[in-house]
Order: sequence, then C-alpha cells, then structure tokens
Amino acid sequence: MISRLKLFAPLIIFSVIAAVFFRLENRMVSGEYDPSMLPSALIDHPIPEFSLPALSTERLLTNKDLPNQAYIINVWASWCISCRVEHAYLNALSQKGVAIIGLNYKDRPLDALQWLERLGNPYQFNLSDLKGQLALDLGVYGAPENYIVGADGIIRYRHVGILDDNVWRDKIVPLGLSW
Amino acid sequence: MIPEIGHFSLLLCLPLALVMAVVPLIGVAAKNIVWMRFASTLAIMQWVLLFLSFLALSYSFFIDDFTVKLVTLHSNTALPWYFKLSAVWGNHEGSLLLWVFILASWTLAVGLASSSIPLVMKTRVLSVLAMISVGFLAFIIFTSNPFDRSLIMTPSEGNDLNPLLQDIGLIIHPPMLYIGYVGFSVAFAFAIAALLEGRFDAEWARWTRPWTNIAWAFLTVGIALGSWWAYYELGWGGWWFWDPVENASLMPWLAGAALVHSLSATEKRGVFKSWTILLALLAFSLSLLGTFLVRSGILVSVHAFASDPERGLFILAFLFIVVGGSLLLYALKAPIMKGGAVFALISRENLLLINNVLFAIALTVVLLGTLFPLVSTALDLGSYSVGAPYFNAMFAPLGLLTVFIMGFAPFIAWNRFTLLKQQSRQWILHLLLAIFLAMLLVSGLSHQYVADFNFLAFFIASLCLWLAVNTLSHFFFRIKHGGLSFHSLSQLSLSYYGMVIAHIGMAVMILGIGITSIYESQKDVRMAISDNVSINSYRYQLSEISSVTASNYDATRASVNVYHDSAGEPSRLITTLYPEKRFYRASRNMMTEAGIDASLSRDLYVSLGEQLEPGVWAVRVHVKPLVRCIWLGAILISLGAILATFDKRYKRSSAARSEPGLGSPSNH
Repeated sequence: MISRLKLFAPLIIFSVIAAVFFRLENRMVSGEYDPSMLPSALIDHPIPEFSLPALSTERLLTNKDLPNQAYIINVWASWCISCRVEHAYLNALSQKGVAIIGLNYKDRPLDALQWLERLGNPYQFNLSDLKGQLALDLGVYGAPENYIVGADGIIRYRHVGILDDNVWRDKIVPLGLSW
Repeated sequence: MIPEIGHFSLLLCLPLALVMAVVPLIGVAAKNIVWMRFASTLAIMQWVLLFLSFLALSYSFFIDDFTVKLVTLHSNTALPWYFKLSAVWGNHEGSLLLWVFILASWTLAVGLASSSIPLVMKTRVLSVLAMISVGFLAFIIFTSNPFDRSLIMTPSEGNDLNPLLQDIGLIIHPPMLYIGYVGFSVAFAFAIAALLEGRFDAEWARWTRPWTNIAWAFLTVGIALGSWWAYYELGWGGWWFWDPVENASLMPWLAGAALVHSLSATEKRGVFKSWTILLALLAFSLSLLGTFLVRSGILVSVHAFASDPERGLFILAFLFIVVGGSLLLYALKAPIMKGGAVFALISRENLLLINNVLFAIALTVVLLGTLFPLVSTALDLGSYSVGAPYFNAMFAPLGLLTVFIMGFAPFIAWNRFTLLKQQSRQWILHLLLAIFLAMLLVSGLSHQYVADFNFLAFFIASLCLWLAVNTLSHFFFRIKHGGLSFHSLSQLSLSYYGMVIAHIGMAVMILGIGITSIYESQKDVRMAISDNVSINSYRYQLSEISSVTASNYDATRASVNVYHDSAGEPSRLITTLYPEKRFYRASRNMMTEAGIDASLSRDLYVSLGEQLEPGVWAVRVHVKPLVRCIWLGAILISLGAILATFDKRYKRSSAARSEPGLGSPSNH
C-alpha cells in the first residue's frame, strides 16, 4: 500500500506546479500580473539602500550618487543575449539626453568593460553587482530589466525584458516624467 | 481560395481526430476489430488533411498573399523564397500548425510501421495520439487561426520576418526541434497504452525504444542547431545562454536521455518498469511544458512568441488534463517496484540506475532554475532571479560525474559483475593512458594559446579521454575477439555500434565545452583600415570596409585577413573573413553576421561592431579552441541513437515471430 502511495508523488508535485501556473495565468488575465511589470511592492517606493563599487573605478557608490533628474536603471550583463539586442536602443536614448544608470548584474567586470568599449556606453555610470545584492532587493527577475525612477528617487515603473521604442512610447512617456 | 481550403482542411481535422480518439477505444472495449482497425485509416486521413492545410499556408507565404494576416505580419515581398517558406513557422500560429502536422506525421508512421504490434496496443497508442491532436487542433482553431484574412484593407507590403530568423540554421532548427518534442508523444502514448493494459514487459519496451531513440536524436540535433545558430548569428561567440526557452528544450532532452537508457534496462532485464513509464510520461509532459512556457507569455525571453494570456490559459488547461491525467493513471496503475535487489551492487542495472538518477538531478536543476522565479512571484515571496552562473555551477560537476561513470558502461555486464584482477589492471592502464593524453593535449593547448597549464582543463580532458579510451578499447576487444574481419564487424549489433558512437560523442562534446570555456580568448578593439590585432599567434588585420546590398538588407562588410605568426617564419595568410553588419530595410533592424573560419581544432571568429568614428570600427575577435567538438559531439550522439534503432531486433520480421496473442495482458 505504501509503495502505491509513493507513485502519487509525481502527480502531487505536478499539481503544485500547475496550481502556481494557474495562479499566475489568472493574474495575467485579470491584469494583476504582467511579467514585464513590477510586483506592486516596490512601485512608488524609493530605490533600496545600496553600496556597490563602480564598474570602471571600483569606487564605492551609494544612493547619494544617483542623479537628481528622472533616470532609468538598466539591469544588464555581458552573458545576456537580450541585453545585446537592447543595447543599441539604450545608446539612442542616451544620445537624446536620457539619464541611464547601469546595474551590471552577476557579470565579470572585464567582460562588461569590453562590452561597453565595443558596443558603446550609454550609461552615466555602472554599478557592479557581482553577487546580485541590489538586484535581489529590487526583485530583479533576470536581465535585461529596467526601472524608471522619478527625479524624487521614487520608482515609477518596471519593465522586464527589452526596452525598445514601443515600450518607451506606450509605457514610459505616459508616466509624464521630464527627461 | 487557397487559404480557405487550408482552413477548411484544418477544421475538418478536429472532428476526425475526435472520432479517432474515441471510436477505436470503444472498439477495444467491445473487441470489435473493424473499429480498432479504423484508427489506422483515420491516421492517414488526418495526415492528408493537415498536409493540405500546411501546404496551403506555405503557398500563401510563397505568393505573398497579404490578404492573410499572418503573411502580412511575418513576411515581405523582398524575402528570398526559402525565407518566405521558413517564415511559415517563424511565428506562433504557423509554428503551431507545423506542430500538429508533425504530430500527424508521427501518428501516420506509427499506423503504418507497427504491423508487428498487437492490434489492441496499437489501437490504444493511436487513440492516445489522437487525443493529443484534438487538444492542439482545438488550440489552433479557437485561439490561433493561421488563416485569418484581412480582405478589406489589404496591405501591399508585409512587415518582414524577424531578421534574427532569416538564416539557414533557423530554417531547419524549429522543425528538428518539433520532430523531437512531438516524437516523445509516441513514447507517451505507448506508456499510456501500457498502463491501460497493465502490460510492461520486455516486448513493450522493444516496441517503444526505436520511436524514443529517433525522437531523442532529432531533439539532440534540434538543440545543437539552435546553439550553433546562436553562436554565429548573435555575434557574441556564445553557444549556450541558459535562456528559459533553451532550458525548456533541455528538460525533455534530459528526460529523453534517461528514458533511452531506462528502456534498455526494461527491455533486456525487465527492471525499472515504473521508472521507464514515468520517464516516458515526463519526456512528453516536459515538451508540453516547454510549449506552455514559450507561448503563454509567462516568461520573458528573446525566443518567446508574441503572447496572449488567453492562449496561456488554454495550454495550461490542456497541460493539466494531459499531464495530470496521465500521472493519475500512473499512480493508480503503474507496476509497484518489488523490494529486494535482484541484481548485484555492481551491475549494468545499477549503472543505468545511477544514470537515471544523474539525469533526474540535472532535470531538477534546470526545472528549479527555470520555475523558481515564477513560483516565488506567484506566492508573493518576492522575485528572485537565477542566471547562467547558477546553471554552470550545477552542471559542471554533474556532467563530469556522468562522463566518469559512462567510462565503465560497456564493461559492466547485466545482472552481476565480478571484478577480475585483470580487468582492474586494464582500467588503471586506461586511466593512465587518458591522463597521459590529457597532459599532452592540455600542454599543447597551453603552448599554442600562451596560457598557463590549466588543471581544471586537464581534469576535464582526462575524464573525457577516459570515457573515449574505455569505449574504444572495449570496441576493439570485441572485434579482436571475433577475428578482425568484415564478418566480425557485422556480428556486433547495431545497438552496440550506436552506444559506442553516442558515448564517444558525449566525450567529444564535454571535451569541447570544457576546453572552449577555459582556453577561448577574445579581444575587443578599435580598428581602422590596416590595423592589426593579435591573439596568441593569430594576427587579424582589417583590410577593407565595403558596402553590400542584398534584396532585403544593406550591409557593411569588413574584410579581415588572418595571419599565423610564428617566430622565425614569415607570417602566413590563413584566411580572409567577412563579418557583416546588416540593416534590414523593412523592419529597420540591425543585425551582425559573424565571420568564422571553422576547423576541428579551433574557430577564428570576427564580428563587426559599431562605427566609432569615420573609418574606425569596434571589432571583436575570438579564438575558440575545440568549439566545433560541441556540435560534432551532438551529431555523434544523435547518430548513435539513430543507428541503434536499425538494430535487427526492432525489425518487423523478428518481432513478429514472438508476437503473443491479441492483447494478452502479461503482468510481470
């Protein structure tokens, strides 16, 4: 009898996974969950406290170093293909004067620097988050990911995945921030 | 008119598949042979209808029929004809049609090729396949109709196919992958039929094995093609990214690898029956899970199709019915493992059990890494992310342990193995030989690439060579034993050849992965015309930048001469590479096209970056030793799997001899 019960284990594990999926799907349908949006927890909250080395100089940077204007925190890594797709658009944005802060996520600094040298550097500066501490506090799901922060330092919007012209026009411009 | 014919055939398939899912099963219950035989006829009809439907859609793409919305969205008149055809499956709706068409083809193959299988078993298998077909047909017809028209405002030009997909690798990658994914549905159907019938004997395993091997071989090729494509098309020199969609294809592959081996134990020794059944159910369930993850929009990935939560709910419901239903059936009907070991501690059975456990662990690692972020989000635990570092750290030891154990595989006999002194001496000798060869290889690499002697590389190479030396020596021993002649070569069974080739393929692949990861070198440089950059003894010289115009893109093409410099000799021109930066006009996308000089020992790789200032370009150059071994290994693995299916004992005639009476349940 016990051995028969053991055979139910795969079914039970699957049911748990399926329940999770159903919950996520239902929230997607009702609009509560969008994989490209921040879970409500951090929206309208300030950027978590951090103290991380700059990618190029290794000088420790903290919240005080963040810009006093609206800016984007872009989570990226040289191992991330989507980031590569996204990069050209970031270059274009920075040329238009948009402030972008890079959060270089679980990356080898040397690879990251080579990347910037090769593909151009749209960032005002880059935080080197080797262990993913700030990323964890932010609730980063993976790279690329973008946090739109107002001049007051409050997170206004999160976009998971590639930032492109459509996202910019449809999601970010309506926030009404002055870039 | 043509799209309507396609649409109509597609619609007609749904009731047909419904009948096929139900009527033959009633025939089984009522012992009505005519109704049972009906399944094969329906399989043929289904295939013909779906073939027509697929043909119609391909035709619409081919002639640029922009009244079909799908064509407008994903094609363009300027595309060359072969990309117009591959655009058919470069989108959600079309790829789904390809999915069901491949399912129908597998169903047809089972219907035609399985004359040796008892009618009841075959009927059940076909009906289960038809049930899966019903689900996918309903999915296409109700949520993702590829034949939708826009007759009122017909555009004169289409949006174009995503330039990333305009590539030979991407023409064949999805079909290969789908043939593999969908092929597991046959093993799945056999498992369900076995559960329904309560029959889990060696013969059942023998019927299931060839189908499983072929599906797994195609999946191997499909995944390898995807990796090869990423390597040369993304311009980054990487060949595996642990992207959720890659993981989704890796999971059924791992389950399939375990299944292929577990089936052999069930066939030869009648053991691991419930393992085997579970793996057969899992391999296909994970294929479905992959489909769900890619198409529901639940994950964010470069590979993901344009998503729609409604579609996600549909697939999820379908996934729940198929996987939940089959696992329930499994829980109720699977054979209970008998207590007490019937085989010795060191035996091939135990080796295969270890193999199953290792693949199951690897599978869990990927599943957790892919799903954990989703689970934590769903439970409001906050979001966590898992990146390439996690997977690499977990997979490296698992892979190496697997390679080490595989080294013993051919020697250990079924049931019982007694370690003779002679044997252990031989193994020690092989190990020493492998270590010696690894020393030579790694010293050579260190010399060639001016690097330190790397002990990790040495360790990896020793293990891979251990596997290769052991496997080959067993092979030559078997030949010598039978006298070195054509006759003795043909005496060995094809499944033995298959094993040898596939295991050597594994050694080659892991060696390639290890050495490339450790010894690759790259430089990112600014280059003007006639600038040089050296990596080790290779010197890259930018000789020319020119403009190229093709039918649907404009490109900047660099000519890079690669020289080999060595002390005391004049430098020698090896090759000229032509990396490109393409601008696709219709979609206004930039793409890189790497320039690669491939050889077995190393790849020379150049990709062209942005123009930094007039006449100066960002260029990335790589030297990648043994990178080709990764794909060569994958090819050998799938070749081995295919070869094994042609073994004599899977042939119809020999199977027919031992055919038992009509569906007699033999419960072991």
